[in-house]
Amino acid sequence: MNLEVFKTIADSNHWGLLLPEIYLVGLALVLLVFEMLFKRQDLLLIVRVAIWGQVLLLGLIALSYIEGFPTGTTEAFSGLLLQTPATEVMRIFFISGSLLVSFLGMTYLKKQDLPRTEFLSITMLVTVGMMILVQSSQFVLFFVALETVTVGFYVLVAYCRRSPFSLEAGLKFLILGALSSAILLFGIVFLYGVAGNPSLPGHVSDSLSFSQLASFIAQNPSNPMVLVGASLVLAGVAFKVGAFPFQIWIPDVYQGAPTPVTAFLAVSSKAAGVFVLMSLVRGPFAALDSFLVPLLSTVAVLTILFGNFTALPQRNVKRLMGLSGIAHAGYLLIGVVASMTVDWAVYAVVFYLITYLLASFGVFGVMIHVAGDDDSDQEVDHYEDLGQRQPFLAGVLTIGLASLAGIPPLGGFIGKLLLFIAAFQAGLYGLLAAAIIGVVLSIYYYFGWIREAVFRVWRSPEGNGSNSQAEAHPISVTRVETVTLGGLTALTIAIGLFPTLVDCLMGL
Amino acid sequence: MDFDSTLLLLAILIPLFGGLTLLGFRNLSTSVVRLVALTGFTVPLLIAVWLYFMFVGAEQVDGYRFFTELDTGLSFFGINLTLGLNGISLPLFFLAGIVGLAAGIQALNSDAGRRQLYLSLLLIMQGGLMGTFASVDIFFFYFFHELALIPTFVMIGIWGGFGRRSAAIEMTIYLTLGAMLSLLGLILLYSASGIDSFNLIAIREYLASQPLSETVQSNIFGLLLFGFGILVSLFPFHSWAPRGYAAAPTAAAMLHAGVLKKFGLYGLVQIAYPLLPQGAEHWGTLLMWLALGNVVIIGLITMAQRDLKQMVGYSSVMHMGYCFLGLVTFDAIGVGGAVILMFGHGLSVALLFLLSTAVFHRTQTYDMKEMGGLATRTPILAGMFVAATFASIGLPGFANFWGEFAIFVSLWNYNPWALVAAATGIIISAIYGLRAVAWIFFGKPSEALEEHWKENKPFELRQGERLSATLLFSGLLIVGFFPRIFSDYVDMDLTPYFSSEPPAVVETASAAELESAEGSQGILVAGSTPIDLSAKGEVAR
Repeated sequence: MNLEVFKTIADSNHWGLLLPEIYLVGLALVLLVFEMLFKRQDLLLIVRVAIWGQVLLLGLIALSYIEGFPTGTTEAFSGLLLQTPATEVMRIFFISGSLLVSFLGMTYLKKQDLPRTEFLSITMLVTVGMMILVQSSQFVLFFVALETVTVGFYVLVAYCRRSPFSLEAGLKFLILGALSSAILLFGIVFLYGVAGNPSLPGHVSDSLSFSQLASFIAQNPSNPMVLVGASLVLAGVAFKVGAFPFQIWIPDVYQGAPTPVTAFLAVSSKAAGVFVLMSLVRGPFAALDSFLVPLLSTVAVLTILFGNFTALPQRNVKRLMGLSGIAHAGYLLIGVVASMTVDWAVYAVVFYLITYLLASFGVFGVMIHVAGDDDSDQEVDHYEDLGQRQPFLAGVLTIGLASLAGIPPLGGFIGKLLLFIAAFQAGLYGLLAAAIIGVVLSIYYYFGWIREAVFRVWRSPEGNGSNSQAEAHPISVTRVETVTLGGLTALTIAIGLFPTLVDCLMGL
Repeated sequence: MDFDSTLLLLAILIPLFGGLTLLGFRNLSTSVVRLVALTGFTVPLLIAVWLYFMFVGAEQVDGYRFFTELDTGLSFFGINLTLGLNGISLPLFFLAGIVGLAAGIQALNSDAGRRQLYLSLLLIMQGGLMGTFASVDIFFFYFFHELALIPTFVMIGIWGGFGRRSAAIEMTIYLTLGAMLSLLGLILLYSASGIDSFNLIAIREYLASQPLSETVQSNIFGLLLFGFGILVSLFPFHSWAPRGYAAAPTAAAMLHAGVLKKFGLYGLVQIAYPLLPQGAEHWGTLLMWLALGNVVIIGLITMAQRDLKQMVGYSSVMHMGYCFLGLVTFDAIGVGGAVILMFGHGLSVALLFLLSTAVFHRTQTYDMKEMGGLATRTPILAGMFVAATFASIGLPGFANFWGEFAIFVSLWNYNPWALVAAATGIIISAIYGLRAVAWIFFGKPSEALEEHWKENKPFELRQGERLSATLLFSGLLIVGFFPRIFSDYVDMDLTPYFSSEPPAVVETASAAELESAEGSQGILVAGSTPIDLSAKGEVAR
């Protein structure tokens, strides 16, 4: 390669496109510096800086859209990055997710008396990884971004060092995560090798780039090496999403991880996985549709059924959220499969993710408040009489769970509706049947939880079993928390009643 | 948007906002709560009455009057808040107004704890109900139904009676299944028509020019039939209904059994049958058998009940069978009869639930065998209850009679044997209805009851109970004597979609039905047959 080539490559390095990511990394580093400079009693300042810094970032991004949301696609860094309207939405999604995780972390870490700075800093770095991940259009960048996310999560999952559950979860996540990365890498290498093979028709020079790979695969759609490679790559991503049969780590890790990290895994990590899966099957693997549609459909059906059936008898709410999250991954997979034939399904998936974010963080926020000293021990029974003890939290929980269950007029219903419409247009009737079974099953555990929280429990007048527990943990909610949780709930309802957001998304 | 269309929107929004106000602001004074609740319950009925009188002269948009359209942000998918009333939805809109007010008065006079929450949920339900029957857009048709359904679960869970926790969950799961199936059917209809609109008028016009293939029609119809069927407690998907109603607080049971349950039938009449005639034909025979199962099997089960509320619950399931039989016949008389029966049954079942609770307050039991002798102590209650039972059996003079009568007439043309089986249902309901009256009001009170009454003298119907009972009762009577106030409009909107039998056939049919129909020849629902209303009234009396 001569100098000219490097020059053209350098010309395409538009760092300005990555300003939000650079800002977040800078903020994460600043927090670490503050930690060194300030004394322990000033630590609240760090939390404030972290949270307001991210709010400011969202504000700045909103300001940059004042002339209109970007509707075109931009390629930069000589094809490493590809920015589309959908990735723009996802970047904002991840920053909001990070902000909410920091917010939940604020409550949680105070309760558990754990160091805060590292938590916030790692959260932001992981978020940057996700933001790069959804924009990447080349396998090396893709893998590096994915590993940034995964390595960050290894630390976060085991963050509560005193809890054996957290350590166990960390170890499990480490081993299985490393395995999945290996599978993913193996698949990438397969594709790299076969696409660069000069004896095959249409071989390409840069076989790691998504666009070139797509052109190669379009000419060799039935090459066994391509099929194996694609399957391995998808398997690696499916692990992050928690799709069947790579879902087995979810309940243990979700239970053991600190609750804010569980929320982070459940929402942002899953969203990143689903979005990446979608850009893979629509990008490089688009030509494999006759192979991928049946494969992914089977996976989706099994994921939905597995998630819902295993969640049915679950009493631990963190495991419940994990297992029902598997079911949600299954519904999202329907959207992924539909997006191969119906273009607007991309936005249906993004919309579903947004409603999922709003509802899930509401529920996790309530969980953090209700949880006792032992974070991994959160049973449905602990929610008895929440309606009397804390009507506000009970309301947030009810709206959040009902939205997850897809009850109109909440946002979750509109999300499911759009996915179903997309699936109808793509002709995926079998998947719809599975989804219906799943939704009906999910009513049992979601409403079972609501029932514990809201409906009166009969108690014999002498019995004082669970009352004492309730009195031992008076739940206090600060004003900031009220505003945030109330805001999430209000948004869930507002999106359900006036889904104008849909129109904006579909217009992109 | 003209004045009357605004009223239609207000009929939905006022109860909704009332409900949200009560939900959002705690610690309002009792009089404010009463005022907000009463406004929320009364305004829809007043609007319904006003719109009824405006109906004839109102401007039509594709068969719908008071038409209005608003964008809520889903126009990408062709979803707009489109409101309007036609002849089929008018009686049901009216029904929702009457039963809503009656249930509201009941709730205001009940002794439920946390009354503000109770009233707010009831108001939200009321808003949803008004919206369901005023929607032209099938998405909002479904949406408002669910909006009305959710408060039911919460109300059963918090204020319900025995076994409420499991009943609430069972009902939630069952009804979600039904709702999901019908949602799938509606989406399939939307995507199969391919015009990217949920607007019923647009779909109707499109399908009129390009009908769907028979397979597609029967698939969609199957989904809608079973989805709606579960919501209407079609045999054998009925098990949620009696349990749920027995556990539900009275006002919720009145609104749900009286109005909300008619959603499924209304959906079949308004959407499924006109749009998918071949699908309807495909499923017709099966539906007939299931409907007969409702009438005969559930009828026999009802006879075996000892618990008053369970009995009313089962009887409401049973009468849904007649409505389905009316639909099966697929002609304007039978379907029109089903609509009138929906109206009549909604009032009578709400009245029965109201009076059952009144009986409970005087006897402290729902076990009918433990009661007795109430007639001498509370004559008005007894009189009302007997009348409600007669209405529910379908005796002339009440709205139910005209519904069942028209259904029987057209059933004769469809399948005489089905008519024989359905007619036994009349006998069955007479047996359990009259036996219940005998057990509760006549004979000697049981010893336990005697004991109870020594300390708490049974009191006559209170003002509030009397008011809401009278409201329901007058609705039954008015339509019982002047069915034409609705039947002409129903007929007007049904005839384009359902084959009308030539009058000659109708006459022979009714002649053959002489014994069960008291020899009256007029088919009121078929507005084509001119009838002298006053003569009709004489016969009915």
